[in-house]
Amino acid sequence: MKKFRKIFEKFIEGVLFSSSTITSLTVILIIVFLFREGIGLFQSSPLEKNFVITVSKQNPVQELDATQVKAIFNQDITNWSKVGGANDSIILFTTSDIATYYTEEEIGANFEFLPKKLNDFIVSHPGAIMYVSGKSLPPGFNGHKIKVKDITVSNFIFGKQWYPTSDPIPSFGIWPMIIGTLMVTLGALLFAIPLGIATAIFMAEVADIRIRNILKPVVELLSGIPSVVFGFFGLIVIVPLIQQMFHLIVGETVLAGSLVLGIMALPTIITITEDSLRTTPQALKEASLALGATRWQTLVRVVIPYAKSGISTAIILGIGRAIGETMAVLMVTGNASNIPHSFLVPTRTIPATIAAELGEAPYGGLHFKALFALGIVLFLFTIIINFTVEFIKNSKQRT
Amino acid sequence: MKKLILMALIAMMATYSQAQKVGFKIKGSDTVLPLTQKEAEVYMKKNPNTSIMVTGGGSGVGISALQSGTTDIAQSSRSLKMDEKMKLNDAGKAFKETIIAYDALAIIVNPANKVSKLTREQLEGIFTGKITNWKEVGGDDNKIVVYSRETSSGTYDFVKEHVMNKKNYATSALLMPATGAIVQSVSQTKGAIGYVGLAYIEKTVKAIEVSYDKGKTYVAPSIANAKNKTYPITRPLYYYYLTSTEKTISPYVKFILSAEGQKIVLDEGYVPLN
Repeated sequence: MKKFRKIFEKFIEGVLFSSSTITSLTVILIIVFLFREGIGLFQSSPLEKNFVITVSKQNPVQELDATQVKAIFNQDITNWSKVGGANDSIILFTTSDIATYYTEEEIGANFEFLPKKLNDFIVSHPGAIMYVSGKSLPPGFNGHKIKVKDITVSNFIFGKQWYPTSDPIPSFGIWPMIIGTLMVTLGALLFAIPLGIATAIFMAEVADIRIRNILKPVVELLSGIPSVVFGFFGLIVIVPLIQQMFHLIVGETVLAGSLVLGIMALPTIITITEDSLRTTPQALKEASLALGATRWQTLVRVVIPYAKSGISTAIILGIGRAIGETMAVLMVTGNASNIPHSFLVPTRTIPATIAAELGEAPYGGLHFKALFALGIVLFLFTIIINFTVEFIKNSKQRT
Repeated sequence: MKKLILMALIAMMATYSQAQKVGFKIKGSDTVLPLTQKEAEVYMKKNPNTSIMVTGGGSGVGISALQSGTTDIAQSSRSLKMDEKMKLNDAGKAFKETIIAYDALAIIVNPANKVSKLTREQLEGIFTGKITNWKEVGGDDNKIVVYSRETSSGTYDFVKEHVMNKKNYATSALLMPATGAIVQSVSQTKGAIGYVGLAYIEKTVKAIEVSYDKGKTYVAPSIANAKNKTYPITRPLYYYYLTSTEKTISPYVKFILSAEGQKIVLDEGYVPLN
């Protein structure tokens, strides 16, 4: 019988061990996956795989940077002399233009005549710049490839434009989103932390049992509402309200995002703070009151210091909820990718971008990798915040 | 206990009859989604042996699903891009294209806006961010706020190609996750401009007349004008499917092209073929 129990205990131990191993392994695998997909963006050409930008052999231009190519295809630069070539106007040619120059019969049902047609085009249009599949160029093609500089970490992080689907060169600049995400989160916390902690203190220490019995389920209900509902509420109620209050042109602003996120982070902050306040031993409180301290003094000097670690946890989890929230923010911040200079302008956040675009990004493509790289940035944010709060908590406990 | 056995039997029979069913999947454009859902619903009611699964995700998603074989029909609000055709061609997959209906895009502004007509060139200036104030196009002195769909949307690409002459949107453009959100935002923002499918126009927003001949004629978006091809911002809605699966799919496609199917097209706010 004793032996049996021993085996049983060993078995339970094994189960516990393996579940914790599985959990840690999952976390590590997710991180590895995230980095593997995201890192691939850097040091790769911004052009789509197998595609090339090519010009006529007579054209002296050899190399262009991404912004120049973009300006050319956006028709902001229309003459070769602006990028170091001859004084000749630029003719744009992309794969979708094939149909405007040649009929389907001329190209052939299986594109068998396409290479020849492309060569004809470049011969007859020396000012052309072509963006086509490298495979469809014939041997002895009358043109040379233009070198385009690779994507680097610094122009990913500090770039100011986000046109992930733009042809032929997408731009992946996330600086506006980094600022946007940080501002929305900061705004949410400025509003949710004081309000949340105050509500928790009221519920744990001030309110009588009847009020608490009503308040607690209400707060818990708040955390069960799906984020899309918060987003819709924000769009219909908060956005017009902000617009009228500040006489703004647009109501979809950083502030709207902050308010919606703040409301969403409240239940987390309130519930955890309140629970930790209530774990203060009754004996400690009674001792403080017996020594002549008032209720307020007991609260500030005894209860809150005792519950400090619980309150910090509440704040970290609140930040976690706010910084990673996608749907609600997507609906109320307007998603314009320019750098917000105040709380009253539209912005775009990292999670909202990932949520909005991942569904459509072709698997394994540059856009897909760029979204994973965004995920890495978000992940680093969360790690930094967690460590900072941990550090603050520890340093306070020592004194 | 008897009841239980009976229920089990019924369940088994149900699964058995389901196994007999013909089924296929349709995936792609969110613009076509409401139409396909309605068509599929009516079709399945008439043919109880067919089960059709309809999902959205965007035109590009549907087409890449067709390439990888995870859908039978790709619904799309744009025609196949040249490189998508090349990819299908490289994989040795012959496909068919069917236009099932047309969709007209309306440019909408806030009802309080004085401006009621714009040329394509003015629209290009507004959406690329070169025109930033309504007084430049004959309105009040008020800043223009551009509302667009997300980059993942087929409509985003369509407007870029057919209205903006392939130029990029202004960075200050607000990208909304859904068409309904654009209508909502335009209705509550005085300087707003946006684009939505004809089916989404409501009384809370004002549709603009547009001119594609430098201001000679302005045409209002309506089903009648889209049908007689005078309204310029019209696009076909496509079904793409592989010729290898044509046999199972063609009864359904025929149904959509029939008079009954085209009546559903009109009821749902799209433009029928004829």
